[in-house]
Amino acid sequence: MMEITEGSHAVAEAVRLCRPQVVSAYPITPQTHIVEALADFVANGKLDAEYITVENELSALSACVGASAAGSRTYSATTSQGLMLMAEVVFNAAGMRMPIVMSIANRAMGAPLSIWNDMQDSIALRDAGWLHFYAEDNQEATDLHFLAYKVAEDPSVQLPALVCFDGFILSHTYEPVDVLSQEQVDTYLPKYAPAERLDANDPISFGMYATPEYYLEFRYEMNEAQKKAKAAIAKYGKEFGTLFGRDYSSLIETYRLDDAETAIIAMGSVCGTVKDAIDEMREAGKKVGLLRIRVFRPFPIEEIATALATVKRIAILDKNVSLGSRGGATAIEVRDAMYGSTIPVKGYILGLGGRDIRKKDIKEIVALCEKGEGDQFIGLRKEVL
Amino acid sequence: MAETCKTCELFDAGHRACGGCGAALAARLVTKAAGTNTIVVSSTGCMEVFSTPYPETAWKVPWIHSLFENAAAVASGIEASLKKQGRKEKIVIMAGDGATFDIGMISISGAFERGHDFTYICYDNEAYMNTGIQRSGATPYDASTTTSPAGSQSFGNKRPKKDMPAILAAHGAPYVATASIAYPADLMQKVEKAINTPGPCYVQVHAPCCTGWGFEGEQTIAIAKLAIETGLWPNFEMVDGRITKVKKVVRKPVTEYLKTQKRFRHLFKPKQQDTEIAAIQAIADRNAEKYSLDIKLPPKKE
Amino acid sequence: MALAVGCRFRPGKSRDNKTGSWRVFKPIFDHEKCSKCSMCQTLCPEGCILEDADGFFDPDYAYCKGCGICAAECPKEAIAMKQEEK
Repeated sequence: MMEITEGSHAVAEAVRLCRPQVVSAYPITPQTHIVEALADFVANGKLDAEYITVENELSALSACVGASAAGSRTYSATTSQGLMLMAEVVFNAAGMRMPIVMSIANRAMGAPLSIWNDMQDSIALRDAGWLHFYAEDNQEATDLHFLAYKVAEDPSVQLPALVCFDGFILSHTYEPVDVLSQEQVDTYLPKYAPAERLDANDPISFGMYATPEYYLEFRYEMNEAQKKAKAAIAKYGKEFGTLFGRDYSSLIETYRLDDAETAIIAMGSVCGTVKDAIDEMREAGKKVGLLRIRVFRPFPIEEIATALATVKRIAILDKNVSLGSRGGATAIEVRDAMYGSTIPVKGYILGLGGRDIRKKDIKEIVALCEKGEGDQFIGLRKEVL
Repeated sequence: MAETCKTCELFDAGHRACGGCGAALAARLVTKAAGTNTIVVSSTGCMEVFSTPYPETAWKVPWIHSLFENAAAVASGIEASLKKQGRKEKIVIMAGDGATFDIGMISISGAFERGHDFTYICYDNEAYMNTGIQRSGATPYDASTTTSPAGSQSFGNKRPKKDMPAILAAHGAPYVATASIAYPADLMQKVEKAINTPGPCYVQVHAPCCTGWGFEGEQTIAIAKLAIETGLWPNFEMVDGRITKVKKVVRKPVTEYLKTQKRFRHLFKPKQQDTEIAAIQAIADRNAEKYSLDIKLPPKKE
Repeated sequence: MALAVGCRFRPGKSRDNKTGSWRVFKPIFDHEKCSKCSMCQTLCPEGCILEDADGFFDPDYAYCKGCGICAAECPKEAIAMKQEEK
């Protein structure tokens, strides 16, 4: 059913439809509307879940680990400072192979303290073993939750998943969203039925420790599970398309890339602006296209290399920066995917801490890229420096 | 009701605890009292490490370990899940003093404040033993540990034990108790009571550590008894915040306990530190008063 | 044995670890003196003292670490620690 709805509410509705048995979250801007909406659902009988008002984010995700191990589908949401506070549990949940789904309303990392959007938070934990989905708009933010649970819970995957969408820009913006019905979601997402759980009828010890004889193999298995997630995303993303008309089988989306000379790589809500800028640049005769990354983990290495094989230059947008390196995470990982190619790759840091990105910024980036300039911050206010 | 299994061994042999380990005995006794319909949540620590090197686990009940500081939060999630599934297993947390008194304070406080139905057992060996005997909030006054060592400028740990039972009673815990491996029947009774009391209950179990405290493993029970007999470990129960039962003793002077352990050796050698021993005696005397530990002996006949 | 997902396992394999090899001293149980109080069984940190058909107790030497708690606590002094001969 088509609704004009706030991003947070659409996400909360999607989570409700996934029928989690345990919701455990701590409030933090700009995720608060999600957890408030879920609490409201529980209080009014629209969501049959235990809602744990934990005392901090570390406990939020820890409770999810316990609930998941006991056999429940669970959910949490956080951002920025909260995600870092629970960072230890983020690694732990992946290593324990708990298929938790957690929404991230992306927000900048302090210090300095900022409540506004960029992608540093989830990017900083990309090594932990979670699946990473990045939404362009509220429709995707909603749909990706259904996909995330199905992929995470697949027996060949069994990894937790982050569903990331830009804080404020998506979470607090009203957009038209097709929200599925409960019957529709029930046909797509079955009940969570893990092969192993905490159960007095079949005692198992979860979270044992691994000596050097075993640890390497456990981490290898997690990496293999990331690879298998690609196949699971293709399968379940396609199934979603067949059932509901929106196909999520691909880890990337391309826009006017086929004959492009300049390829822009980006993630998240900025891609809407990029697409508009591309249309204007095309009007003016420039052959520009977009490769949007929708799944950052597992990273679409081959897909990117294939899609960019014939472009003349690559401009990568990052709303994050790996301080002290050449640039942002997307640039670093795309450059790795393109290794061996002679196509010039340049990265651009922009939009940090909620700095607005406009079509003219995108055009400026393309112009810089054409001149072979890049690996720099965009939009610096020189008068402030 | 929890189904106890007094003849079951739910904590298997083959674990890697030191010979004479108080904590291993505590694990055996607690799981006996808890029975098979139990899910155990452990924090990182000696007990977790000596009982679960992959693929060998000593736990014959369902068991989970996540991290050091979050056992109470993990247990909260399990409790919520079981509630939703309509399952009746009892949840028993087993955490050391480091995990309980220090790093786990936040998650414990939150879980107790929310009133989850579980039993929290702290096996108290009075230091971070698994990492090599470092000081915790449970380390007694003047005990020498590697981070509160006795030396020419120091008599060891400068602070008395944190009063965790009082803190958790203040959270509204309906049942709080201290127990000791020295009195296994009493320990098991208290664990059973805690498990069968709805809400978050706490039992702090004294588990002397021969390796960390410096005594021969065969003395573990004897030393646990001396801790109680000197008044340094009061054994009591609190129901809804009120002390209801106390093990009374004919008190021995604290020196009888202190002289048995290398961690207090600096109070006797190279010379006896009377001021420090008096300070420790004062702690015991205060315990005796607070908990009414002393058996009032009839006056001696002429 | 395939690697278990998430580093978890069912019970049983701790028994592969024969901690009896740690022993320096070995407890010898004298049934003549034993009053069948079962304190030795209750207090053994390994849980390896087993009751026989007559109600007497003996350690499972495959796991007994020789800690000596049973000997120290036996009210009848029915258990003696003897140096193990290797």
